[in-house]
Amino acid sequence: MTSSEISTAEKLTPSGKPPRKFNFRQSRYLQGRLTALASHAILLFGALFVVVPFIWMLSTSLKAAGKTFVFPPQWIPDPVVWQNYPDMWNALPFNSFFLNSVKISTLNTIGQLLTCSMGAFVFSVLKFRGRDALFLGLIATLMVPYQVTLIPTFILFSKIGWVGTHLPLWVPAFWGGAFGTFLLRQFYMTIPLDLAESARMDGANIYQIFRYIYVPMSKPAMAALGIFTFMWSWNDLLNPLIYVAKLDQLTLTIGLSFFQNQYGGKWTLMMAGAVVSILPILIVFFFAQKYFIQGIALSGIKR
Amino acid sequence: MNGGLRLKKGERFWLWIFLAPTIVGLLIGSLGPVLAAVGISFTDWDVITPPTFAGLGNYQRLSADPTFAKAIRNTAYYVGVMVPVSTVLALLLAMVLNQKLRAVTWYRTAYFLPVVSSTVAVSLVWSWMYAKDFGLLNFLLRSVGLEPVAWLTSTQWAMPAIIIMGIWGTLGQGMIIFLAGLQAIAPSYYEAAEVDGANALQRFWRITVPLITPSLFFYFIVTMIDAFQTFESIYIMTRGGPVNSTTTMVYYIYRNAFRNFKMGYASAQAIVLFLIIMVLTLIYWRMQEKWVVYDD
Repeated sequence: MTSSEISTAEKLTPSGKPPRKFNFRQSRYLQGRLTALASHAILLFGALFVVVPFIWMLSTSLKAAGKTFVFPPQWIPDPVVWQNYPDMWNALPFNSFFLNSVKISTLNTIGQLLTCSMGAFVFSVLKFRGRDALFLGLIATLMVPYQVTLIPTFILFSKIGWVGTHLPLWVPAFWGGAFGTFLLRQFYMTIPLDLAESARMDGANIYQIFRYIYVPMSKPAMAALGIFTFMWSWNDLLNPLIYVAKLDQLTLTIGLSFFQNQYGGKWTLMMAGAVVSILPILIVFFFAQKYFIQGIALSGIKR
Repeated sequence: MNGGLRLKKGERFWLWIFLAPTIVGLLIGSLGPVLAAVGISFTDWDVITPPTFAGLGNYQRLSADPTFAKAIRNTAYYVGVMVPVSTVLALLLAMVLNQKLRAVTWYRTAYFLPVVSSTVAVSLVWSWMYAKDFGLLNFLLRSVGLEPVAWLTSTQWAMPAIIIMGIWGTLGQGMIIFLAGLQAIAPSYYEAAEVDGANALQRFWRITVPLITPSLFFYFIVTMIDAFQTFESIYIMTRGGPVNSTTTMVYYIYRNAFRNFKMGYASAQAIVLFLIIMVLTLIYWRMQEKWVVYDD
């Protein structure tokens, strides 16, 4: 207690109670309202910082080329130029970019879901010699920077003639991986082992336990991993940059960077390209937000 | 990790099937390449002609290469500013969000947008906002009476510009992780503290901070490792320039390996990067035992 607090406490009224005065600190209602107001102010300011680039991207993508150099900047395009989108799409073979991205991201997702769930099942359900050491080794690979393995892997793929094809962009997804295996294992550990044990009593083999108990019960975690894998693969730049060069083999990200080199300064078209490359993932995100958030919480919070 | 089904006779087959991808991945995807990278770092190799043994030559060259020294400084600058600022801001946002407020899900969605968006696309948007003459940011600066800045084309401002975008891109992820951590703190701690007369500041330092340390630790380490490997924003916005002011270790490795095809030299750099990350992770792991509080 500070000295001023002691002195107010001593100033008692004849009835023995402290004088009743409006005291802000004691007014719960007002305090609550003010805290809420301040909170919204902070959140709104932060949200503005986060969202403005997206609004600016959309706005620019619908402007006439000359209107990007107007002061003060126009937020609502006048006139609205939808033609930017077909112009962008036809300036380079964006059709094949888009299809390549869909193909590669889908194959990555299938590969990761399949092989990571198999690995996660083994590490969380079965008991065998060397299991824990193997799992620890797998987790340790998370620490290896991508650039270390990149060069030898590139040399390997170039020696077997895969450079210039899509193979290096999706085949590695079929050999598991620390992140996906760890994420699914975290979830599998929450499924009671009794289920597997009683299924085994009834004569189920290991494959059946995996296929009919663990796979169906882990749908939320599988959804999270699937979405993450698709998103990372869709957004990847480095691998396509290194492995493919022919125009009709490019993915959307590398295509966009190619576009930047050729049409630098044409901001309206570039922003239209940016919108198109973001949109598919954004749509998935709006419908499956729950799984995104679960996935982050699942991979991060549980020890 | 002791529980589990024992294998019956004839089930070894399934075990190998299930483990095969993981083992192949460990050998071809991780262990093999790491060992190969060490080996390649002792050679001069352009992939086309056969490699020649160079001994420690690449490492000696590294220690005398001013661009590599600059790349290390730039990386330290990027990681050293981006990670702490992102952590503090994300924690602040999560704490503000962790109340009974209206529109919480809207905010959460908004903050998460950059996390799901392709870095290439958002880097293009930021390049446009950073544009010197007609960019949005310089318009804002001018409208409050400040001098416009040549964001991406000045050696002084290019790195801060990339850091700002990095923070912008990671806020949402940190917020989700911290929000989950905050929601796991039992309300009874706060109730008891309030009964004992602790004020808001005391409650923050004595309850929230210690109990959020596991999330804090996790986010810090994941973001740090990610920040060390930032490539796409630099590739799109500056290509390492101007005058190498945004050339990070990862970007320099890329340039040496895939532009100049000096695989040995690039591998030596990658090994140095690996060692730096490993040492930092180990130090951090040690520190964790001292200050991370697990609420059991």
